[in-house]
Parts: sequence; C-alpha cells; structure tokens
Amino acid sequence: MPAAVEFRSVSRHFGPSSAPVKAVDSVDLTIAEGAFFAMLGPSGSGKTTCLRLISGFESPTAGEICIFGENVSNTPPHLRNVNTVFQDYALFPHMNVRDNVAYGLMVKGMAKAQRYAKAEEMLALVHLDAYGSRKPGQLSGGQRQRVALARALVNEPKVLLLDEPLGALDLKLREAMQDELKSLQQRLGITFVFVTHDQHEALSMADSLAVFNDGKIAQIGTPAQIYAQPKTRFVADFVGSSNVLPPALTQNLGGPAKWSSLRPESLHLDPSGPLQGTVTSLRYLGSGHRVAITTQGQDIAAILPAGSPLPEPGAQIQLGFAPAALHIMDEV
Amino acid sequence: MSAVLPAKSLADRLTTLFWRKPKLLLALLITPPLLWLGVIYLGSLAALLLQSFYSIDEFSGMVVPEFTLKTYAELLRPQNYDIILRTLIMSATVTLGSVILAFPIAYYAARYAKGRWKAVFYLGIMLPLWSSYLVKVYAWKLILAKEGILTWAATQTHTNFLLDAALALPGIGGNSLSTSYIGMFLVFTYVWLPFMILPMQASLERVPTSMLEASQDLGATRAQTFRTVIIPLALPGIIAGSIFTFSLTMGDYIIPQIVGNSANFIGMAVYQLQGTAGNTPLAAAFAVIPIVIMLIYLSLAKRAGAFDAL
Repeated sequence: MPAAVEFRSVSRHFGPSSAPVKAVDSVDLTIAEGAFFAMLGPSGSGKTTCLRLISGFESPTAGEICIFGENVSNTPPHLRNVNTVFQDYALFPHMNVRDNVAYGLMVKGMAKAQRYAKAEEMLALVHLDAYGSRKPGQLSGGQRQRVALARALVNEPKVLLLDEPLGALDLKLREAMQDELKSLQQRLGITFVFVTHDQHEALSMADSLAVFNDGKIAQIGTPAQIYAQPKTRFVADFVGSSNVLPPALTQNLGGPAKWSSLRPESLHLDPSGPLQGTVTSLRYLGSGHRVAITTQGQDIAAILPAGSPLPEPGAQIQLGFAPAALHIMDEV
Repeated sequence: MSAVLPAKSLADRLTTLFWRKPKLLLALLITPPLLWLGVIYLGSLAALLLQSFYSIDEFSGMVVPEFTLKTYAELLRPQNYDIILRTLIMSATVTLGSVILAFPIAYYAARYAKGRWKAVFYLGIMLPLWSSYLVKVYAWKLILAKEGILTWAATQTHTNFLLDAALALPGIGGNSLSTSYIGMFLVFTYVWLPFMILPMQASLERVPTSMLEASQDLGATRAQTFRTVIIPLALPGIIAGSIFTFSLTMGDYIIPQIVGNSANFIGMAVYQLQGTAGNTPLAAAFAVIPIVIMLIYLSLAKRAGAFDAL
C-alpha cells in the first residue's frame, strides 16, 4: 500500500540559484496512511514550506512529491485531494458559516440542498450545529478554528494539513482542541499532517513526528523515540530542553567520549551523585521546581517534583540519575 | 514636607483638564469642521432642495417662492427627460468601463507590486490628476479630432476601417471621435479612472493571500475564486470607486461641451438654466436628480450585500 505522502529528495529553494535560500533541502519523508504526523521545528526551519509543498502552494525545485503513490509535483492545488486548515483560518468574511463550510462542494457544482445537508453534518462534527447562519466575524477564535476544520473536512480529503491551527488559541482552549483533534482523527481515519513549533503539542498529539532544522529533517520517529533518544544535539535541545553534555563531561559520568543528553526530570538530589555544582537559579514551575547548577563550566538543569526539599540559590548540591537516563548521541 | 508634584503652569492645567475630560478636547477639535459641514455644506444643499420646490413665473421670469411640484413635473418633458436619460446612460457606461479598466491595474498593484514598483504605480495614477482638468480635456479633443493623432495612426497602420466602423455605429458614432459619444466616453473614463483604481486597490489589498489559497485548496479554479471570493471582497472598493465615477460624470458640464455632439447633459442644463435662463428652480430640480440616483444606487448595493465584507 502506498504511503499517504512521500517526499523523494525534495528541495525548495528561494532566491537566485547562485545563492539560494534553502527552505527545504533534499528532504526524504514518508507519512503512513492514517497517521497523525507532526512537523516540529523552530520558525524558518522549513516545516511550513513542506506543508505548502504537499498542498501545492509551493512547487519543489527538485525531487518528487507523491500523494498515495501519485506524483503530484505538477498538479495544481485545486486538483489535489488534500485540504488545509490555515493558520489564520482564512474563513470567507462575506459568507456565513454554512456557506463557508459548503464552499468546497459548491465549487464542485453540488446542489444547494445537498451541500447544505453535508455542511450541517460537518458542523455537527465540530459541535457548531447552531451556528450555520452566523458570519465568521461573530464567532470566537476557537469557533472559527472549528469552522475552518469543518470546511477543510467537507471534501473528504485523503490528507488533512494543519498549519499551526492552535497557535492563536489560549492555553485552555488549546488543550481542549488538542484532545478533540486527536479523537476526530481517530474517528475519521484521515491522515493528519500537523505543523507546529510547540513541542508539547507535537509530542502529545502525534503518532510520529519529524523534527526540522535548517530545511532538513533532523530526526523522524515516534514521540517516545524523539524524546528519549534524540539523535542530534539540536533535537535534544529543541524537544524538551534536554541537557546537552559535551564529550568530556559524558566521559566523566562514565560514558564514551561522545555528546550525550540528560533529561532534566531524570535528575534528582543525591548527596553521592556524580554531578556537583552551584545552584545558579531556582524557578517555580507549578508542578515542580527547575533548578539550574553550573558544573565544570556547564549549565545543567534539573526538574525536582513538588514536595521535594529545595536547595538555596548559591548552595553546593549534588545531582544523581539512573545510568540508563544518559543518552549517547552518535551524531553531532 | 516637600511637594510630591511639581508646581503646575497654565499649560499643565490645560493638559490635565483635557486628560480628565477627553470629550471636551474632542468637542473643541470637531466643532469647527462640523459647523462647516453642517452650515455651508448641508445648509446649501438644503437651500438647493428648497429652490427646487419653487417655480418660475413664465411671464415675468421671476422665481415664485411658493411650494409646488410643478418644476419637478417639468423634468418629465421629453427634452428634459432625454437629458436625464442620456446622462444616466453615459455615467453608467463610464463607470462600467472604469471598473473593467481599473480592475487589472488595481489587482496588480495590490497583489504583486512591491517597494519601488508600488511607488511607480501611485505616481502613475496620481500624476495625471496633478495637471489641469481643462488641459487634459483639450488635449483629448486634439487626440480624437478628425485631423488628430488617432486618425493619423489609423491611416499609417491601415486600420481606418476599424475607426470608420466605430464611427458608423448608430447613436454613438459621429463625424469624428471628438464629436461622438464614443469620444466623450473615452475622455470621461480617462479623467475619472484614478478615482476607481485607488479605492479598488485599497479593498483588494485587504484580502489576505491565505483566503485565495483557501479557495484554491477547497477545489476552486481561478475563475471560481475570482467570482466567489475576489469580487465580493473587492465590492466595497468597487462601489466606492463607482460612486466617484458615477457622480462625477453625472455632474460634469465641461466635457460634454468640449467633446461630443453638443447634446445636453444634466451638468450643462444646470449651468445654462441658472445662468443665462435664470430658471434657478429648474436648475435645482436637475441638480437633485444625481443625488436621488446615487441614493437609490447605494440602497440597491446595500441590499445586494455589497457592504457585507466591510
């Protein structure tokens, strides 16, 4: 069975060919059918360009893009069976919610009664049954987001693309929408491709994710793999702000002379622990405290659960960890 | 004990007063222009309206200051009615022509022109407005004249037959372009085009690219996107521009005098009636027509949902 989306050494360069800006640089990527796939990375890392390559708003400078085995590199957006939830939702302000949702069916020439019935069905799916006659301007941010979702789903796309769809929502709403998106995806069985710069969102929602850096994919894997076994320093630092230790320090801690990562929450206060240093800062996180120490010129952060005894800033403390927590990175 | 606050000067007292009572400042700022608008602008309009309900004594030629609808009834006389119809058709045609000509220019400027090209665009649109209206109209008369550059160019390129065919059209043709309705249409469209381009461009610029992408993403072709998204969103700008082109054409009295077959237009009628003829009531009644037409036009546009995207 062909993959839902496949990138074969796809590049997208901007600007003059003599000094191109490599937004996407020979990326290979396979997204399985029915997956909830996240593209994670800082801004400018190429994740949004990748999404636009799938939707067709960008064309690859080199390489091939296949959707369900079909090469779509030369297919315009309106002929691709993928739909997008835009970051700014891009709802049509002159149409009411029902017409917005039915738009994809309207341009296909479906009769009014039929497309309105389908639109109402989609609105029910996102719990907005009663809002069909409102204008987008009369809705809250969260409601607009749902309309955008319903509008993108009405064409029954094989792949749904979501461009930072939760970015504009407040924390509580964002968490509710995360759950809802996840269950919607499981119910519909559509492949979701989700772009975000929020690692919590990516880790908690995706089945698998790609971490982007500088137009390239730094690592692809399941959230657990990415979190526990980062392949590069960038991934270790970007996902979960891990402590990245240089080879010398890794060696001191009993590892090989390679870069390694150590998760802050795997560290605990231990009078006989191998990491000794001065407390430089102490921050309250709600669920615990983040303690930073300096040891051998290296800053190390530890997250201490609520209720554990706290050191004073400036105090000398020792931190320990389970040997398995030290993750050796083969790549730099 | 030393004072916490420094001593206040008169200016400090004033700024404090305005800070505490912001509406006072607003009232002070807005009263003079409001007076201007109310008295000089709307007041004179009311006086005009009042005049149109007076009539003229046919023997003495004196204005009779008594309320009557007689003057309005006169508008329905065939020769007056023709003037109204002619002006209306010309205004509508000029507006339509302006919309068609202005749209690609405005669209390019809003979507594609960046930096220096945007400056070139604004300069190109505004530059013709800086030169005298009369100079431009007379220049056009020369361009369109029988001995003018257009005829010459047609002769040189052996396309006379096209020009002759246009001039042979019944009703709108004529002896030469400068004495035909076609010529008048060209001059009107040229003179008022910037007033269509600018509001159109402003409204197109407010349409985010993502909205066009969303339309495409949902399966719309370019033509469908144009019809169902771009046009409705640009409509407030088109309406704003058409208010300019329509009302400016309706009220103009110079272009129909210089270009065309000297058929009468509303503006010319007003000019002649209140001047040489001394029939101020009928002139006023004529002047009310464009106002009424614009009001009808706007209410129709509103009912059609032209301002829904605002």
